[in-house]
Amino acid sequence: MSKPLISVRGLTKVFGDFTAVDGIDFDVAKGESFGLLGPNGAGKSTTMRILAATSTRTSGTVEILDKDPEKFGPLVRAHLGVVPQQDNLDGELTVSENLYIYGRYFGLSKKFIKAKIEELLEFAQLEEKRDVKVEALSGGMKRRLTIARGLVSEPDILLLDEPTTGLDPQARHILWDRLFRLKEQGVTLVLTTHFMDEAEQLCDRLVVMDKGAIMAEGTPQGLIKEYSSKEVLEVRFGSDRNKEVAPQLSQMCERMETLPDRILMYTEDGEKLLEQIAAAKMHPTTSLVRRSSLEDVFLRLTGRTLIE
Amino acid sequence: MNTGIDVPQIQRFGALYIASARLKSMSKWKAIIAAVDIGNPLFYLIAVGIGIGVLVEQGSGTSGTNGIKYIAFIAPALLASTAITGVMDETVFPTIEGFKWRKLFFAQNATPITGRQIAIGVYLAAICRAIFSVSIYYILLLAFNVVDFGVSALLVPVAIFGGAAFGAVILFAAAKIEKDDQFFNILGRLVIMPMFLFSGTFFPLSSMPIYLQPIGWVSPLWHATELGREAAYDYGISNVMVIVHLIFLSTLVAAGIVLAMRQFERRLAK
Repeated sequence: MSKPLISVRGLTKVFGDFTAVDGIDFDVAKGESFGLLGPNGAGKSTTMRILAATSTRTSGTVEILDKDPEKFGPLVRAHLGVVPQQDNLDGELTVSENLYIYGRYFGLSKKFIKAKIEELLEFAQLEEKRDVKVEALSGGMKRRLTIARGLVSEPDILLLDEPTTGLDPQARHILWDRLFRLKEQGVTLVLTTHFMDEAEQLCDRLVVMDKGAIMAEGTPQGLIKEYSSKEVLEVRFGSDRNKEVAPQLSQMCERMETLPDRILMYTEDGEKLLEQIAAAKMHPTTSLVRRSSLEDVFLRLTGRTLIE
Repeated sequence: MNTGIDVPQIQRFGALYIASARLKSMSKWKAIIAAVDIGNPLFYLIAVGIGIGVLVEQGSGTSGTNGIKYIAFIAPALLASTAITGVMDETVFPTIEGFKWRKLFFAQNATPITGRQIAIGVYLAAICRAIFSVSIYYILLLAFNVVDFGVSALLVPVAIFGGAAFGAVILFAAAKIEKDDQFFNILGRLVIMPMFLFSGTFFPLSSMPIYLQPIGWVSPLWHATELGREAAYDYGISNVMVIVHLIFLSTLVAAGIVLAMRQFERRLAK
């Protein structure tokens, strides 16, 4: 395996008496799409700001393209594209002006940027909005423009912090499609998310983070295989009865999680389990058989759900 | 991979990239800026020239102002305070916006540009605004026959120097502000207004009781005004005081810039 583009060892960041990131290790290879999955407050954004060569660390080592981002900030940042959690576009300027000015910050020539803008407007599906003030764009458009802006310098690595948080489902799917194209073009992506479907769609490999630490690492399918069963049966008996029936149900499956509104039963064959429940004369008000997801992995690892 | 990125060049010129982006943002407000920068002097010159000035000169002639016409006496102060408010507008708002409202500085800092360069870039663009505002004011002073063209042109750089001194300090202060709730009220009413009134603007500082004079001593407006009067009208202040004024203003520029650059860098690296 060739040398990783990003290499992190024992990374720790402390704010006052709060440890936001607590000794994490990971590598990201060239062309890989790597994810940090975890709930809000897991330390994902702090990690991203350190990878972006803007925030300082308390201890540990970080190497990006063979350089310490804390010592060679401008040199490292010259090769990164950054999409922050909160869009920080210049609302007073138009779509194309935002791209142009950002390109200038990389010292790129006018000629290069002008040609690049055409390419990026097409990529972000914003050709018709080129002369519109950014203030007037929808949330999804702003997000696509922020991603396009991050690509103006043809970065080696694109860092995306919660790329689809706050977007409606349609806007999320458009964005996923755009990011998937970048992945196909071989751009190295590092993204944080608290959406398990996003992580499954976009990440070749990911780490599950909670309270500043890495709980597990692997491919989405590998993690599911390792930490969960093939299928999950979700049953609801109504909020009062869920607790009552739980002890009896727990004997029917390998593992079970009782959430406030539903019970998750982990099994290799969901339909068969449902038949067993019916045979035991228990009648859930609703039931659903689905395959295991990263949400189940997270629940297994932390005892909590991703979105609380 | 883009090999066209010349990092050493960005390290040399990054502050200018930021300044030119700031000027582009300002140009979106050019109509309002022009209206303010032309309207404000007009109101003053008419009110003071026709109203207050006549009243003052009827009362005591020009004996209280070292033989200078009243409107000409306050002209250097009006120019310097124009520079100060111009620089303030273009440092305080963009800085709080950059760190807090729109977080533009964080976007700029995600490129090879550093926090120090952002501080300098914002400052340079603000000085450009002061140059614009003061030049317009000076042209109006000529048009209203308040000053004669010639050596009075020195009023322009002196006023800009005063604005630059105040601007450097206020740039640091704005970068320090985490909660902006009352900042603008306090700045406008408790800093700018008293400074304008008690800096020898409308009457010589020495005609105030001694316990009020320190307001003038620490005010860049007073130092710039005195320098301007000396440069344009041979107002009669000693060479020692000229040097004191120059040192005071230079110190504010240097200290303000150094502190502001450090504060920008720290706040972005959190």
